[in-house]
Amino acid sequence: MSTPFLSVRDLKVHFSTEDGVVKAVDGLSFDLEKGKTLGIVGESGSGKSVTNMAILGLHDPRNTALDGEILLDGKELVTATEKELEQLRGNKMSMIFQDALASLSPYHTIGAQIGETYRKHTGCSKKEARERAVEMLRRVGIPQPDVRVDDYPHQFSGGMRQRAMIAMALVCDPELLIADEPTTALDVTVQAQIMDLLKDLQQEFGTAIIFITHDLGVIADIADDVLVMYGGRCVERGTKKEVLQTPQHPYTLGLLGSMPSLDGPVDVPLSPIPGSPPSLLNPPSGCRFHPRCAFVDQVAGGRCSSERPALEFVDGRAAACHLTPEQKRELFSDYAAARTH
Amino acid sequence: MSSTTPLLDVSGLTKHFPIKGGFPIKRTVGAVQAVDGLDFQVAAGESLGLVGESGCGKSTTGRLITRLLEPTSGKITYQGQDITHAGRRDLAPIRSEIQMIFQDPYASLNPRQTVGKIISGPMEINDINPEGGREKRVRELLEIVGLNPEHYNRFPHEFSGGQRQRIGVARALALEPKLIVADEPVSALDVSIQAQVVNLLQKVQRELGIAFVFIAHDLAIVRHFSQRVAVMYLGKIVEIADREDLYGNPRHPYTRALLSAVPEATVEEEPRERIRLTGDVPSPINPPSGCRFRTRCWKATEKCASEAPPLVRVEGNRDGHLTACHYPETADTVPAPRLSKDPEAAA
Repeated sequence: MSTPFLSVRDLKVHFSTEDGVVKAVDGLSFDLEKGKTLGIVGESGSGKSVTNMAILGLHDPRNTALDGEILLDGKELVTATEKELEQLRGNKMSMIFQDALASLSPYHTIGAQIGETYRKHTGCSKKEARERAVEMLRRVGIPQPDVRVDDYPHQFSGGMRQRAMIAMALVCDPELLIADEPTTALDVTVQAQIMDLLKDLQQEFGTAIIFITHDLGVIADIADDVLVMYGGRCVERGTKKEVLQTPQHPYTLGLLGSMPSLDGPVDVPLSPIPGSPPSLLNPPSGCRFHPRCAFVDQVAGGRCSSERPALEFVDGRAAACHLTPEQKRELFSDYAAARTH
Repeated sequence: MSSTTPLLDVSGLTKHFPIKGGFPIKRTVGAVQAVDGLDFQVAAGESLGLVGESGCGKSTTGRLITRLLEPTSGKITYQGQDITHAGRRDLAPIRSEIQMIFQDPYASLNPRQTVGKIISGPMEINDINPEGGREKRVRELLEIVGLNPEHYNRFPHEFSGGQRQRIGVARALALEPKLIVADEPVSALDVSIQAQVVNLLQKVQRELGIAFVFIAHDLAIVRHFSQRVAVMYLGKIVEIADREDLYGNPRHPYTRALLSAVPEATVEEEPRERIRLTGDVPSPINPPSGCRFRTRCWKATEKCASEAPPLVRVEGNRDGHLTACHYPETADTVPAPRLSKDPEAAA
């Protein structure tokens, strides 16, 4: 394929607030093919959710400045009118939110909420929409779908609500599905069920999925490619194997070092990243990670604080860091040895 | 823990929350069996982890130990003294020795008080005047938890989530407690900050010899922090053991399933064994008869429905490893079948 299914180029999302301009996303680019899953990892405030709200055009236009290019199947979304976006949302692209209870209306039955999207986009009758809702509930593994379709959200458990959300997002067979921390509020055993479900549905329909999470473990399970975000920018990109096994950015390295594993040593302290995430109102100059980076001294001339490192691609993977590949190999090697026990 | 009395001894601990209903006179129509017959001990300086899914009763257990809740039945002994139903006056000296760290660093600090006031609060209440004054002690505590002592006069909103949690830790340390109940102390924090707080708690536990009851749902963090781990399911402990035994040789099917469901940030050449449980945790208002896990267990038989398995040392377990199962797993148990995607009709 010459042009990718979804292509984001130099995306900027800036919010004007009372205190100044918040640069939530500041120059982000990525591509996504059909049938693939892109995992976006980052901490709170790194811009992962904002990016995806921008793709769906969900920001309040009064205080949001959107810049750059978002091409979905050749269609430009940044300049699209609200009417054009309405045609696409829920139909060609849709989203699963983190908090399923807050995202469902308590006053309408599950069936009505799933059917609403379908009726809006296909113009079918209420009866057909209901049948479609039952079919969707069956597909996402809700027992007795023909009975449960008339239930209200409060009658569903947490895992079932998330399944209902997935049913709602998939009702029009979208080609792009954005899942914003869909499993964060769930218990691990239910999380595993939901991830299996998403994988199965993706295989069946060839949906492109953007999976946003802060959990690298979830990424390892579900993603094909990984994009690591920090302070509104992409700091590292690659296949999940590349990023998790041989991270090329000190931030990714730090994230992996912060997580205890189920079979690692227990008596050594974790190696956390010092400090806390930057304020996007007044972000650090140069590399946004430099105030927390352990390797700042390794780069000559204080370039980390003065010059923004470019996201350079080498063999399809990229890391925005001033360290040379040789330095990284040397400095990161202890870590790599510990990871491949 | 053979001859010496443990710091905390809990036996048969039960908490049922009554459900009121009916009109015009409200009566008790049922009970949420949040915690049902727990037995465990915590030795001085030891960290016991409590893990389980939401609704399994781990937080209720924490609140019962700290006596923020009144137990329905059972017995809590602290340093040989029965505190199950102790009154306010009897509890006062003990309360200063058992402290709590809460999950939400935003809700657990008073926004109108300065950090100094928050941390010295426990000393004020207990009328403790440390040498050199309370302010000096607070500055010391701030230093211990890695905050700048100069921040004495700041308010909570001036701190980030991780820093707030450090303030919570300093407050818990103010009275030099012997036992800290930490209820999901890091789950509201970002990954990089989580590790900072876990390291801090570990340092505190080692250097000050404080015993911990560490409540969390993240199995990897519990393994990292606690020497002994208890797995809870629907108000009961299904397995308790040293961490090496629990994670290396899980005997209860639920423990095994839970461990296999944890996503790990490694890319394996050979995929790990994964056990997929179907359905959700049943309601604690009307828990299944016999073994409470049987509705989701792939090994369940009629015996599981009629007879609740006792928490005992089953054959093949090392000392101190207790499992509540009629058909415990063994290392060479055939891997559990990958269960079908469709959860059977709601049981």
